[in-house]
Amino acid sequence: MADVPSNAPEHCPGTSSAQAGKSSSCQGCPNQAICASGATKAPDPAIEEIRVKMASVKHKVLVLSGKGGVGKSTISTQLAHGLAGDSTTEVALLDVDICGPSIPKMMGVEGEQVHQSGSGWSPVYVEDNLAVMSVGFLLSSPDDAIIWRGPKKNGMIKQFLRDVDWGQVDYLIVDTPPGTSDEHLSVVQYLCGAGVDGAIIVTTPQEVSLQDVRKVIRFCEKVGLPVIGVVENMSGFLCPKCKTMTQIFPPTTGGAEKMCLDMGLSFLERVPLDPRIGKSCDEGRAFLMDVADSPAAAAYRNIVRRVTEYCASRRHQGDAD
Amino acid sequence: MDHSGEKGNLSQVQHVVLVLSGKGGVGKSTLTTELALALRHAGKTVGILDVDLCGPSIPRMLGADQQVVHQCDAGWVPVYTDTQKSLALMSIGFLLESPDEAVVWRGPKKTALIGQFVSDVAWGELDFLLVDTPPGTSDEHLAVVENLRKHKVDGAILVTTPQAVSTGDVRREITFCKKIGLRILGIVENMSGFVCPHCSECSNIFSKGGGEELAKLTGSPFLGCVPLDPQLTASIEEGKDFMQAFPESSTFSSINRIAQAVMASTEAA
Ligand SMILES: Nc1ncnc2c1ncn2[C@@H]1O[C@H](COP(=O)(O)OP(=O)(O)OP(=O)(O)O)[C@@H](O)[C@H]1O
Ligand SMILES: [Mg+2]
Repeated sequence: MADVPSNAPEHCPGTSSAQAGKSSSCQGCPNQAICASGATKAPDPAIEEIRVKMASVKHKVLVLSGKGGVGKSTISTQLAHGLAGDSTTEVALLDVDICGPSIPKMMGVEGEQVHQSGSGWSPVYVEDNLAVMSVGFLLSSPDDAIIWRGPKKNGMIKQFLRDVDWGQVDYLIVDTPPGTSDEHLSVVQYLCGAGVDGAIIVTTPQEVSLQDVRKVIRFCEKVGLPVIGVVENMSGFLCPKCKTMTQIFPPTTGGAEKMCLDMGLSFLERVPLDPRIGKSCDEGRAFLMDVADSPAAAAYRNIVRRVTEYCASRRHQGDAD
Repeated sequence: MDHSGEKGNLSQVQHVVLVLSGKGGVGKSTLTTELALALRHAGKTVGILDVDLCGPSIPRMLGADQQVVHQCDAGWVPVYTDTQKSLALMSIGFLLESPDEAVVWRGPKKTALIGQFVSDVAWGELDFLLVDTPPGTSDEHLAVVENLRKHKVDGAILVTTPQAVSTGDVRREITFCKKIGLRILGIVENMSGFVCPHCSECSNIFSKGGGEELAKLTGSPFLGCVPLDPQLTASIEEGKDFMQAFPESSTFSSINRIAQAVMASTEAA
């Protein structure tokens, strides 16, 4: 097999071997990460099955962040609500955070069950045009812990992508756990075959967060996933009493906007810290509709607009390659 | 590996404490950093093992992000933050060529590196080894607990923020601790209330009291609250010693109380 790149080290095991990216000779090879990602190996038959399944889904958007707790799930839910605000748009929200699934609670459908049907699992509907799927629906009590190693998580993600019966969908939003690990590799590997529009990257303004987010952006570059843009969340807090703005998470290195300039990415929005957001999420209510006149809701609406524009401008590539 | 069966490089480590949370971004690394500093101010020698391989924060939070680790006969030499060698660090951050490099590894590879982190770092004598972890309950957590099994682990500190979305994830983490037989030293509620620096009004940005409620509900000790403090974020950003810079702040006293509680519960056991 001619699968040894010209810049590979002497003992390259071959990009499609089981050892690709993992053998000792891979250390230091510029292709190591991509080989280790599995992207170069012989295709998993599920990739094709998922491509077929996803043919009924027009646009697929991933929400990513290297850093934990920056607000990925909150932004995913508000984006889903915002898109579903147009009753002619069918929206699906998939939570692939297997260890910390927060989407069911945030969408107010905690404790719901998913049903098996002939054509797969039926998602839980929050509105007529807003469907949700999460591993949280498969847990029997709020104390249940999912303690799975990578390979098992990959199997679950494969099932979610292949076996959920979404029907005709305009937008599928995929909320991910923090980091760049098994879940991300699997989602990217399976969805890229089906054509992903791109990823929204979420960060908070301080460097501790940006340093992880830069890694995720490198990850996107490596796996060829387009970045729709970056959202800076928890950007300043307006004291409800004296109306002074405090940067609780200060942009000591210029924040997300500066990072976007440096890395040639689109800066989408800045969402302020607003205690009502957390409260709405805890109660499973749609903040975007509940507190529609707030600066944070305006920011969310702008994100929705930027995402729809981006997707519209990008030709649907589901059948490419 | 010739360390199996004996304690090897951990033989002179008195106490091992894990810092865990099912939820990301709740302040595990910040609390690990501040606890290490507080313990050091109390005269202890401390090590931090950072097993967050995708998002290592410890090097930067302790102002050591330019450092690299070296090899010696006994294994890897940790990075010391001071000449007295009272605070030793080990993190994947010290092994990367560029700070932006993404570590895109699947589970088995992570498990292997963590095994090395546990057996091959020449910590020397330590009163406390704190282990900072990534969010969740997955490969890294299982790997570190399994590898530490031959050594005595005192227990885990669970960090949460007050809102239900976060305590829900930590509730699952408690189940994880019980399943693997890890003692819970206690729960810390971080980012609990924000006092406006201009008018002193307290806003509960991420709600309030959720950590304490969770402790009651699950019968776990409650170690205390740490407020949202912009001076703490700033110190962490710059890698400065907050515990030295702001000894008058209420954040300082809360962290100190948590450190005292950790010393009391580990040294009594
Ligand atoms: N009490 C606090 N007051 C102000 N800022 C805080 C406080 N606790 C944490 N922070 C800040 O919040 C951010 C997230 O904290 P940290 O990185 O420690 O979380 P983490 O749980 O380790 O995250 P991850 O899950 O990504 O590893 C950091 O910028 C940190 O400085
Ligand atoms: Mg951390």
